[in-house]
Amino acid sequence: MDFGLSEEQRLLEQTLRRYLASELPIARVREIAATAAGHDPKLWSGLAELGVAGVLVPEAHGGGGLRLLDAAVAMQSLAHAAAPTPFLGSSVMAAVALAGAGTPAQQREWLPRIASGDGVLGVAASELAARRDGAGVREQGGRLEGRALFAIESGAAAAFLVALDADRLALVPRGAPGLEVAPLATIDRTRRVAELVLSRAEPADWVRGPRAAVRALDAGRVALAADLFGACERALAMAVDYAKQRQQFGRPIGSFQAVKHLCAEMAAELEPARSLVWYAAFAFDERPGEASLLAAHAKAHLAEIATAIVRTATEVHGGIGFTDEHDLHLWFKRVGLDRQLLGAPDVLREEAAKLQGW
Amino acid sequence: MDLSYGPRYEEFRRGLRDFLEKHRERAPRGSGIGAGGSRDPAVLAWQRLLIQHGYAARTVPKEYGGAGAEPDLLVRVILDEEFARAGLSPGIGGQGPEMLVPTLLEHGSEEQKQRWIGPTIRGEVVWCQGYSEPGAGSDLANVQTRAVEDGGDFVINGQKIWTTTAHLADMMFGLVRTEPGAEKHAGISYVLVPMQSPGIEVRPLGTMTGRAEFNQVFFTDVRVPQANVVGRRGEGWKIANTTLKHERNSLAPAGQLEAGLARLVELMRHETRDGRPALEDPLLRDRLLRLQGRVLAMKYHGLRMLTASLQQESPGVAGLVAKLAGCELSHQVAALAIDAMGELGVLYDGSKHERAHGLWQFQYMFSLGLIIGGGTAQIQKNIIAERGLGLPREKT
Repeated sequence: MDFGLSEEQRLLEQTLRRYLASELPIARVREIAATAAGHDPKLWSGLAELGVAGVLVPEAHGGGGLRLLDAAVAMQSLAHAAAPTPFLGSSVMAAVALAGAGTPAQQREWLPRIASGDGVLGVAASELAARRDGAGVREQGGRLEGRALFAIESGAAAAFLVALDADRLALVPRGAPGLEVAPLATIDRTRRVAELVLSRAEPADWVRGPRAAVRALDAGRVALAADLFGACERALAMAVDYAKQRQQFGRPIGSFQAVKHLCAEMAAELEPARSLVWYAAFAFDERPGEASLLAAHAKAHLAEIATAIVRTATEVHGGIGFTDEHDLHLWFKRVGLDRQLLGAPDVLREEAAKLQGW
Repeated sequence: MDLSYGPRYEEFRRGLRDFLEKHRERAPRGSGIGAGGSRDPAVLAWQRLLIQHGYAARTVPKEYGGAGAEPDLLVRVILDEEFARAGLSPGIGGQGPEMLVPTLLEHGSEEQKQRWIGPTIRGEVVWCQGYSEPGAGSDLANVQTRAVEDGGDFVINGQKIWTTTAHLADMMFGLVRTEPGAEKHAGISYVLVPMQSPGIEVRPLGTMTGRAEFNQVFFTDVRVPQANVVGRRGEGWKIANTTLKHERNSLAPAGQLEAGLARLVELMRHETRDGRPALEDPLLRDRLLRLQGRVLAMKYHGLRMLTASLQQESPGVAGLVAKLAGCELSHQVAALAIDAMGELGVLYDGSKHERAHGLWQFQYMFSLGLIIGGGTAQIQKNIIAERGLGLPREKT
C-alpha cells in the first residue's frame, strides 16, 4: 500500500520547480503573454530537455513513456509557475490520442516532434463536452465543415487534432486550405485558444479508434484538475505569506481570526483535493473502468474549490490583490479558464451521473 | 502508487474471513454493539473470543491480557473492512479501550496497568471520560474541578459535562485541578475515579436529537486515593494530550461517508415528487454529484494519510483537515436527504410516513454536534492556520 508519489515523481517535481523558478520569473511570464503566439520556443525546448514535453510519449518515439500521474505532477508545477506552455494540448491530449490510437506512420511523424518540443499539436475537443454558440464539426465526403470553439494551444500549434465524435479525430495542418484559425482573447493571456472555422477543409489524416477522443478528453480533464491544483497551491502560499507580513492595526493580519480562518478554509479544501487528482490520474492508466468518472469528478471538484480559493486568496490580499501590478491575478485567471475548458463543473457532474446510470 | 496490500495481508484477511464465517452465530447482533461497553454476557463472550484470536486488544501486551501484537495499520484497516463486510460487531470499543488503555500503557504505574487494563479490554469495566466542564470547552485547560489533598486522598468538588456513558460507567478517567497555585496548564492531574463513590451524581443531558444521551457529572466531596493519579501530579494536561501510538484507521471516516452516500442514492432512487424520482431532479442531482466529488476526495485523502502513517512521515497541514471537512460533509449528506424528501423529511419519532426511522434528521442534527464536539470547527481552523500554515496566534 503506497498511495503517493514515487521517488522519481518527487524528483521530477523538484527539478521542474527549480528550473521554472530560475528560467521563468513572473516578469518573463508577462513578456511571453504579451507576444502574439504566447509561446516561447526556448522555454519549451528547455522543458523538453527535462523530459516534460514527451512525458507521455512512448520511449520508442523518444519520450519518457510515463503515466498520466507523472504528467499531472508536471502540469501542477507548470501551473504553479503560471507557465505559458502547450503542455495540456500537445503533451497530454495529443500524445494520448496518438500513442493510443495513431497509426504507426502517424506516431513516427508526430510523437518524436511532440517529445522534442519541435512540433506542437493543438486540440479542438470542446464540443465533446458541450456545444456553444452553434459550434460543431461534421464530415462531408472526406472534408470538414463547421466550427470548433476553444481549440487549445492555438498559438503554437503546427496542426490541430479536431474531435468529431468519441472515436474520431481529424488531423488538420495549420495553413491547410479551408482552415481559418481565429484567435479568441480570453481573460488568461498566458494561454491561447482559437476558433477553428472549417469550410471544405481536407484533413491530412485521421486518428481513429474506439473512444480515442474520449481518452484524450479524459486525460485533458485530469491534467486540468492538476493545473487547478497547482494554481491553488500558489495562490494559497501567496495569501499565507502576505497574511504573515502585512501589518494593520499594529499586527500581522494573519493573527486575526477573520483572516486566519480564510487561510485555514483554503487549506482544508485543497489538501484532500490533491489526493483526488492523484487517484484520477492513477485510474486513467490502471483502472480504465473508473477513468472517465474520476476524470469528470476530479475536474469538477477542483474547479469548484479552486474558484473559491483564488477568490479568497485575493480577498486576503485586500486592495493590492486587485491591482494588475500584483501577480496574483495570473492564477485567478488561470483558474477561470481551466474551470470552463473541456467541460464546466455542471456539465461534468451531469456526465458523472450518467456514467453511473443515474 | 500501489494500492495492493500484499500477500501477507491478504492471508490475514482470509484467516479473518474464515473465523467470522465459522463463529458468526456467536456474535451479538448489530455491528454497533459494544461501543462504550456493555453488561450483556453475549457481548462479553464475543469480546473474549476476539481477544483469544488476536482480533481485539491486538496491540495490548500479553501480560495485561491482550494479544501482544505489534501495531500494524494495515491489519487495523483489514479488521475494520472485514467486520463491516460481515456485518458483525468488531468487539468492545469506546473510551476505555481506545483512550484509557493506551494512556495507562504509556504513563500508568505497574499496579494501575495490572489492575485496570485486563478488565477494561474484556469489557468488564466500563469507562467514561471527564474532561469538559461548563467553563472548559474550547478552552479545555481551564478545568475548575478541584482536587484537594486530605491525608492519602484527594477530595474532589466540581462538575463535568458531555460525559458520554457516565450513566453506564464503573469508572471515570478525568482531569482535575490539583495544584491551585500553578500555571493554568501545569496545575492539572489525570485521575481515575470510581463512579460508585459517595458524592457523585450523574444527571442525563438530553440533546436536540431527542435520542443521543450525554450526561453531567457533579462531584461533592468525592474522595479518591492519591494512588489513582496517572503519571505525576500536575502533568495531567500533557498526559491527556500525548499523541498515542496506537492504531488509528484514517480510512474509517471516509468509509462511513461512502456508506452514507450510497444510502442517499438509494433514497433518491425511490423517493418521488410528482411521480418522478428525486434522482432525476436536476438540482437535487447536481447537489448529489457535488457531495460525491467531496466524498471521493476524502476517500483518497484517507489513503494518503494511511500511507503517511505507514511510512512514518508527518503529513503536515494535510493531517489536520479531516475532522473539519469530514463532519461538515456528513451534515451536508443528511441535509440533501432531507431536502430530497421535502415535507416527508421532517417526520420523526415514528410518525406515519416517516422514512428510515428518522435516521436522516438524526444524522443531520447529530453531525452538527460532531462539528462542535471534540474541538469546534473554529478551533480546528485555528489549529490548521497556526500549526499547519504557521500563522501567528491571536494576542490574548
